[in-house]
Amino acid sequence: MSEQTSAGSSGADFDLSQFYQVFFEEAAENLANMETLLLELDVQAPDDEELNAIFRCAHSIKGGAATFGFQDVADLTHVMETLLDRLRRHELALTAGMVDVLLESGDALNGLLDRHRGVTDTVLDASELVASIRAHADGLASVEAAPAASIAAVAAPAPLKPAGAAAPARTIVAKATPAERVLDVVVGPLDDPALADQLAELFNEIPGLGRIAAADSGKPDAQNKRQFVVHTTSTDDDLLDLFTFHVSRELVAIRVAGAAPAEPVSSTGIEGFGLFADLEPAVQPVAKAAEAVAPTAPAAPVVPRAAKPERADKPDKSSAVDTTTLRVSVEKVDQLINLVGELVITQAMLAQNGRNLDPIAHQQLMGNLVDLERNTRLLQESVMAIRMIPMAVVFNRFPRMLRDLAAKLGKQVELHTVGEATELDKGMIEKITDPLTHLVRNALDHGIELPQARAAQGKSEAGTITLSAQHKGGSIAIEVRDDGKGLARQKILDKAREKGMAVHDAMTDHEVFQLIFEPGFSTAEQVTEVSGRGVGMDVVRRNILSLGGTVELDSADGYGTRVTVRLPLTLAIMDGMSVAVGDEIYILPLASVIESIKLDQQQIRSVAGANRVIEVRKEFLPVVELDEVFRVPRFEARSESAIMIVVEAEGARVALLVDELVGQHQVVVKNLEANYRKVPGVSGATILGDGRVALILDVGHMVRRARH
Amino acid sequence: MAAILAVDDSSSLRQMVAFTLKSSGFDVIEAIDGQDAIEKLGDRRVDLVLTDQNMPRMDGITLVRHLRSLPQFKATPILILTTESSDEMKQAGRAAGATGWLVKPFDPRKLVDVIRKVLP
Repeated sequence: MSEQTSAGSSGADFDLSQFYQVFFEEAAENLANMETLLLELDVQAPDDEELNAIFRCAHSIKGGAATFGFQDVADLTHVMETLLDRLRRHELALTAGMVDVLLESGDALNGLLDRHRGVTDTVLDASELVASIRAHADGLASVEAAPAASIAAVAAPAPLKPAGAAAPARTIVAKATPAERVLDVVVGPLDDPALADQLAELFNEIPGLGRIAAADSGKPDAQNKRQFVVHTTSTDDDLLDLFTFHVSRELVAIRVAGAAPAEPVSSTGIEGFGLFADLEPAVQPVAKAAEAVAPTAPAAPVVPRAAKPERADKPDKSSAVDTTTLRVSVEKVDQLINLVGELVITQAMLAQNGRNLDPIAHQQLMGNLVDLERNTRLLQESVMAIRMIPMAVVFNRFPRMLRDLAAKLGKQVELHTVGEATELDKGMIEKITDPLTHLVRNALDHGIELPQARAAQGKSEAGTITLSAQHKGGSIAIEVRDDGKGLARQKILDKAREKGMAVHDAMTDHEVFQLIFEPGFSTAEQVTEVSGRGVGMDVVRRNILSLGGTVELDSADGYGTRVTVRLPLTLAIMDGMSVAVGDEIYILPLASVIESIKLDQQQIRSVAGANRVIEVRKEFLPVVELDEVFRVPRFEARSESAIMIVVEAEGARVALLVDELVGQHQVVVKNLEANYRKVPGVSGATILGDGRVALILDVGHMVRRARH
Repeated sequence: MAAILAVDDSSSLRQMVAFTLKSSGFDVIEAIDGQDAIEKLGDRRVDLVLTDQNMPRMDGITLVRHLRSLPQFKATPILILTTESSDEMKQAGRAAGATGWLVKPFDPRKLVDVIRKVLP
């Protein structure tokens, strides 16, 4: 392999930095893909296609990193690739240790890439990791490779044997001197398999010869051949001379493995480039050697891989979609959404103006306006769909997290995911990731019991956590379910009393469980590193509520817990109910509206001074007068609110007093903070059909305001 | 204007190659793997093919073999872009009928030099 550090010297003509961003995104995708594949890999019987796919991920990152001059990334991926290459060729057997070290490498790569992207300044030293991967790749870290040399010790004759020189040669790992070559050596067919081991023993006997490791399972294959990887500074001829002590020369094939010596400058005069026509003499001997060894399979290692027909038919999930997808920055999409939002407003204004026209005289215009309305709506829906991404983006982070966490806690867990394809707005996905992570972590930390405890209750030792997502009407329901110990009602009640919360024994289970979400509540007997300090669940709930969602918890003692999170599909469009107070229009999120009732002022009662309540269906609700909250000017002194709207948020209801119900419609939510500043009681703004701005009320704030 | 087919599953590398070639005055057809290349080509012919070796669905060697079986590609120069310049790769490339190889990573200018050298 001759890797030139060419990218750095690419000169002014071709500025490669413009491709960095694409490379970073691609590398991140490859890393995520690699992690998923590694986690799915069956260590006992790894699937060839999966190994190939993992190899390709590392290979692809390496290619880009080397081209764009990220040498540390290229170096690490290079050794990973070497290991993976030997795995996919079945020269090594996969071990759990290898999966671990590859996963670790993925983390390290993320770190290295972060530094190149300027996200972090932390400089990672991957050299230990590199050494560890090399040890795996050389078969030195695997148990299976060891016996090869030791068996041979008995049978080995004693030419050139300086006693006691055996050990050191084997322990030098990964410190390749510049002149050292890595060779694939195939020996056979052998009548006596022990002969191959005697070859291996040579490396123990002769200091400085180099190192040898079995590249197979330690047993001869069907053709009675053994495979080794040799690291040596000796020439092929010297090696062959030595080997002839034990096996005849024709039975040994030596081939340069993965990391070949520097490419000889070919007749084309350009380094790293060659024409196959110039090549014939150089390649021939190798081909002959291979044929001598295996007359039945000429050019053995190459052809099967290239000719495998089924590979062409199996579409690779990750990149098959590449041609049909387009990578666009989120800013561009958001700008598009914004413009469509403006268009919707313009369309609404046109529609309103159109209503004042004589429909007979302007028949054609009216028809056009109807078409415009339909097309605008369809356009808006399509544009919103661009921002929708599958829940899999969130779910995919959990297998790895649970694997690491389970190992730390000494627990066993299986993760099932349902409905990964369910789509949700990108902004929503980003905001829900942390709360969901917290819930999943909780499920394992507090829910799933230790294996012994599970076994004692007749449960399987491995717990199950199920994550599901599905669309329900205009919202999405995400569930985190575990089959762990569940919530103990009494324990929660005791704890709540201890904390001085107002509780009583007649509370329903449902009410008791919701206490978990109260600030400062935690039933964990001790604070663990994993699940935090009891600030968790209330933060989770607050975050979900701020997204316009709800969270509910359900549990059965001894059988598990289920947390259901409901979220609107998008933050950018909302179903709203518009209400009038004086000359102002306000929008209420339709989801929070329970009912609206014509108000009889007599029903309003005052309690404890300023607080006013009203009885609705035998329940006393606090009254919130919007004209007072927002100090809406009243030009007619006698006019007052005539309608009350019962709204619900955070599990509590209040009655809002308004003058008039205007209507229900979809509104495009504009962020008030970004355009103006944060206003208490207002979650955003929208532009009405007539061009006026209307504030969207923060019902949660109204409820809190009235209740406290 | 000479047309070049550039095949690589890595979009950053493919874009880099395409950019390099386009700014050197070549027409570029991009494809993400062998199969995509065959679909994109249809009945068209190009003056040169650059292909990555290791790709999903259809790798570079298989693509070379396929192209060589088509009459319009009998004499077209085909270069394999590879990260390994092992004898094994050369064997496979030669057997499939490729014209030459270029080791990745490469300097964009070198790519242009190589192409100018190989183009008929």
